[in-house]
Parts: sequence; C-alpha cells; structure tokens
Amino acid sequence: MKRKIIGLALAASASIFAATAAAAGTLDDVKTKGFVQCGVNPALAGFGAPDAQNNWTGMDIDFCRAVAAAIFNDPTKVKFTPLTAKDRFTALQSNEIDILSRNSTWTMTRDTSLGLKFAGIMYYDGQGFMVKKSLNVDSALKLSGAAVCTQTGTTTELNLADYFKSNNLEYKVVAFEKNEEVLAAYQDGRCDVFTTDQSGLYASRLTFGTPDEHIVLPEIISKEPLGPVVRQGDDAWFNVVKWTYYALVNAEELGVTSKNVEEMKASTNPEILRLLGVKNADGTAAGFGTGIGLSEEWVVQIVKGVGNYGEIFERNVGESTPLKISRGKNALWNAGGLQYAPPIR
Amino acid sequence: MSAAEGSSLEPRVSFWNDPNTRSYAVQAIMVLALVALGYELYANASVNLARLGKTFGYDFWYKSAGFDILQSLIPYTSSSSYGTAIIVGFLNTILVAVLGIFLATVIGFLVGIMRLSKNWLIAKIATVYVELIRNIPLFLQILIWYGAVLKPLPGPKQALNVGGFYLSNRGLNMPSPVFDSGAWLGLVGLIAGIVGAIILRRWARARQMATGQPFPYIWGGFGLVIFLPIIGLLVAGWPVSWDTPKLGAFNFSGGATIIPEFIALLFALSVYTASFIAEIVRAGIQAVSHGQTEAASALGLRAGLTTRLVTVPQAMRIIIPPLANQYLNLTKNSSLAVAIAYPDLVAMGGTVLNQTGKAIEVVLIWMVVYLSLSLLTSSFMNWFNSRMKLVER
Repeated sequence: MKRKIIGLALAASASIFAATAAAAGTLDDVKTKGFVQCGVNPALAGFGAPDAQNNWTGMDIDFCRAVAAAIFNDPTKVKFTPLTAKDRFTALQSNEIDILSRNSTWTMTRDTSLGLKFAGIMYYDGQGFMVKKSLNVDSALKLSGAAVCTQTGTTTELNLADYFKSNNLEYKVVAFEKNEEVLAAYQDGRCDVFTTDQSGLYASRLTFGTPDEHIVLPEIISKEPLGPVVRQGDDAWFNVVKWTYYALVNAEELGVTSKNVEEMKASTNPEILRLLGVKNADGTAAGFGTGIGLSEEWVVQIVKGVGNYGEIFERNVGESTPLKISRGKNALWNAGGLQYAPPIR
Repeated sequence: MSAAEGSSLEPRVSFWNDPNTRSYAVQAIMVLALVALGYELYANASVNLARLGKTFGYDFWYKSAGFDILQSLIPYTSSSSYGTAIIVGFLNTILVAVLGIFLATVIGFLVGIMRLSKNWLIAKIATVYVELIRNIPLFLQILIWYGAVLKPLPGPKQALNVGGFYLSNRGLNMPSPVFDSGAWLGLVGLIAGIVGAIILRRWARARQMATGQPFPYIWGGFGLVIFLPIIGLLVAGWPVSWDTPKLGAFNFSGGATIIPEFIALLFALSVYTASFIAEIVRAGIQAVSHGQTEAASALGLRAGLTTRLVTVPQAMRIIIPPLANQYLNLTKNSSLAVAIAYPDLVAMGGTVLNQTGKAIEVVLIWMVVYLSLSLLTSSFMNWFNSRMKLVER
C-alpha cells in the first residue's frame, strides 16, 4: 500500500513537471495555435510602438506581420509581447514568444552562450550620443565628466564603457531597466547625455516636448546589426524566419511591391517566377514554399501583406515619416548599401 | 505500574492502524515526494538547457563584465569580473538596507509615540502619516521620491551651495576627509572611546545598583567616542585634509557624492516601513498595563523615567518580534531599486544575467543571498528578543 502511494505521488509530480520538457517544432505549434507570438519593443517609434489608435507599428512589427502572412496568408495573425531589454532573451528562451523582433544587436555571445540564432539583419545601426544643445558640445570626445543615461542589459552599456575607456574619458553611467525611465531621467536633467542606437536617438527625440533643443553628436561608436531572433535547436522555424527576411529583400531587389505583385506573376523573369512560386508551363511547382513548410505562394502573401523591404523601411522610418532616416547602409547592395539576400533557387 | 504491564493492557491494534506506523509512513511519503520534486526540477532544467545548447556553471563569475556601475563601495571598473559586479550590487543592497532599517526605526518609534500623545494635533498628524503612507504601494512611493529628488533640484551648474555641500539633480556632493600618515592616532582614539564608553556604562550601572545614584553615562559615552579621536588627531598634528567637490564641464568631481537614486530609495523605504513600525510601537506601548505606570508613579518616578524604565522595556517584549518582520520586509523591498537605476543586487544580477544568459545561476544567487540575509536578520532579532525577554525565576 505504501508502495502504491509513493508510486502515485511520483507519477503525479512527473506528469506535472514533464509537460514543459516535451516540445514539437515551433512552426507546428504556431500553426496549431493560429498566430505568431512576437516579442517587441514597447515604445520605440519607427521600430515597435503602439500608435494613437493602439495599433502596433514599426519595422520590427512589420517583420512579425510578414512571418504571419507567410504562414497564414494574414498579416494580422500576430500577438505582440512588449518586452524590456533585460527580459527579452529570457522570454525567448522560455518559449514565451516565437520570435524576438525588438531591435536586438547580433553579437557572438548572444549567438553562442545565450542559445539564440539571429535570422538576419533588418537594420544596420550604430550607437550614438544625444545631448542638449545648450551644453554647446559638438563631439563625443568632449564629454569627459558627463553623466550618461542608458538602458541596462544592452550592448549599448558595454560599448559605452569601451568608448570612454579607450578615449580616456571620465563618466558616470545611470542605467535604467526601461527606455521610458531613461528618457524621463534624461529630460529631468539627471544625465547630460543619452545614448542608444542612432535610430533610437532620432525616434526618442520625436517624443520630447521640444525636440529642437537636443542634438545627436556625429560620432557612431559601434556596429549594431539589428535583427529578428529565434531559439537554437529548431532549424525548421529558423528557416521560415530567415527566409521571410530574405524574401522581403529579394522582392525589393526584383521590383516586386505590394501594388504590382499580381501583375508580376505574369513576368518573364524566371527569378521573379521562382520568388512568387508561379507554376511552370507544364504545371510543376517550384517547391520553395512547400520546402520550408509553407504554401507555394508564401512570398506573394508576404508582399501583399506588408510590402517588400523597401516599402517597410519607407513606411516606418523613411523620408516621408517624422523620423526622416535615409536608406544609407540599409539600401540594397546594388544601390550602395548592405542589404543583400541569397537567391531563391 | 511498569511499562510492560502497560503495553499488555493496551488493546492490540492492527499494524495499519498503529499511529506510529502511520506517522512514519506519512513522513516517508513527504520526503520521497520532495526528493521527486527536486529531481523533476533538476531534470526539467537540464533538458531545457540542453535543448538551448546551454550549460550550467559559474565560470562566468571570473569573466570580465565590460559595463560600469553608478555606485560602488569597492574598487570596480568595466574590466572587473561579473562576480565583482554582483558583489558591488550586494554591498549596495546591504548599505541601503542597514541605513533604511536604522532610519525606519527612528521615524517609526517617533511616530508611534506621537500617536499616543495627549496633544490632539500631534496625535492626528501621526495618524494621517500612518494611514496615508502604509496604504500607498511602495513602488509608487519610490517613483514619487525619485521625482521629488530630481525635478525641483537645479542642474550642477546652479547647484545649491551650503558650506561646501552642493545639492543638485546629480545628488549631494560634499567634501570628503583625506587622512595622511599619523591618522592612525585618530583610529586609536576612536577605539579607546568605544571601549571607554562600555566601561563607563558598566561602572554607572554598578554604582546605581549599589548606591541608587544614577550617572548620565549616555552623554558621557558620546563624549568619549567623539572627543577621544579628535584628541588623537590633534596629538598627531591634525593630518586631515579635505577633498572638496569642484565643478567640471558637466559635473562635480572630487569629494564624496550621494547619488539621488540612493537618497530616493532610502527615504521611500524608511518612510514606508516606519508607518508599520509606528503601529507596532503604539500597540506595544498600549499593551503595557496601566497598573504599571500607576505603580511607577506611586514609587515616585517622574513621567520621563516611567516611560524609559517601566513602560518601554515591557513594551519592547511585544514590539521586537513583529519589528523583525518589518526589517525583513525592508531588506527584501530594497530590490525595487531597479526602477530608479540604483545598482542593487537585483539590478546588477539582472544585467549580468542579460549579458551572460546565465538565468538559473543568477536567480540561484538572488535566492541564496536574500534567504541568508533574512535568516541572519531574524536570528539576530531572536537573540535580541531573548535578551529582552522577561527573566522568570
């Protein structure tokens, strides 16, 4: 009898705790639950932030929508989880989210000891500094003795230490957990300098009451390749996310936009036909979409849903937006930039 | 009646109904279930770590951290190790907890006694304080204090200057003493002062026991502790210089700085906890029977002496156990520091966790440290409680 009770207790505890260990592929999980769970920035204009109507907007948001469009042919089948810089990787590691698309920098540590995989570089960025105009500072090298506000748990924090150390400058770091807290402290005068990725500086400046009173210093002190991240150990899901990004870039390169995608199906360019999954004359399918567990028209779905890479860029951070960021390094490789995607074939 | 006879008289119970067997069985099951639970947690964590290609271990402890910290009690640079960063955070937690406990106790006792005042206004002020402060979440109070410290204060260039102390939104910058050679005489004076104060107290007690004559040993002790080091330094030729804060391009350099994050956190924690301590003190004092004060005045003790010698010692026996809870709360609540950039154990651990990805390891450190701090505080308070307990004969 005692044996039986112990056995029952063991069985009960085993069944409670074993459930988390077993996991099917993320793609199957996502298809079953009917949406993509995406970790995003809670408030960074142009990259991830809810707008006045409480709809999520931004480049990182549109990437999640692109993945949803590729899987479900519906860019709205996404649920967003706003995450702080500190919590973002834990949320991904613990299966709370399927993709982390939150202006995260690709580094070796994150690729190795954090057990993550970066699927591509959505945005080539670099770290910069912002100061009040009234300080009359025109170079970061004149910042010795300054108090610098930044966000904890970021590469920013590390680059900052390196930069001031290598240039023999004194400084005090005030590191907050949330970006809103950093901005509030900077505006309250706790710090002389606010530092983050340059795109983030421009985006944050828009939220200030008097944006003209702040300037971004010319120095860029680091490489910040920002991109979507998935967990290690699920290559099928990694492929879906990685090739969604490549599809966006390839679509721009081949001139496929959300407006002309249907006409493009009649193109004579075999590259475009492969991209859009158009059947050959003899009725055989190219098989790229089905090869990664999606439909043949996956790129058509993506481009119809969110447009190509260029359209996403222009809509969220481009010259027509308040951010007015030029393509720069984020132009296509054949237009002087770094955005380059392997061919679909 | 012998034991053997007793057992033979007892009715025979079946093995399964024997209370002893049952209690052993229940205990064995509990132990096994606990072990199984522990094993399950361990196995689950290992499987999940393996799935992510991660390993468990504290080898990160000695690796270079690469980030700077706002406030450190020990030497720390960005090339120090992750372990040092966590120790810096731990010491910052200890600093705010110890000072917070001290301040909360002082404010709490003051407000608790004020609530019992016969003066209507004083009693009402204390009531409003308690009811207002203890009913607003601590997290909000920390943010309010931080805003209250930062927003009204001017920038460093317009800092308020009071006798070499500069108050600005960068904190309180003040001169710090620099001790040159020969300053050890001051340290000798300090030690002599402390020892002298203890001897003085013993002597004063013994004399009062013998003759009934009281001696103001508290003031005498203070005098010894303060003046003996000064005399020591004077003998050495005053080898003390002051490092005064100087305004640079952005901030003050030199001297000592109390950062606004620390001020805000310390005030928030002590003011909040003091509102609970005040109620404990009030309850403790009210629980002392009125007969005790009447007896004291019948013996001819004045009101002040009655409070100090009769009421408070008896009230302390009621106050100390719940006071320990408040001290534990304050220590644990200090982890809310992360919201206002105070680099405490949780903030530093969080940064290390994020940079290294060692989640389980860092969370274990947090748990062990807070558990040990709590156990340490409560064992000290238990010791203090047993000292203050009524000695029964």
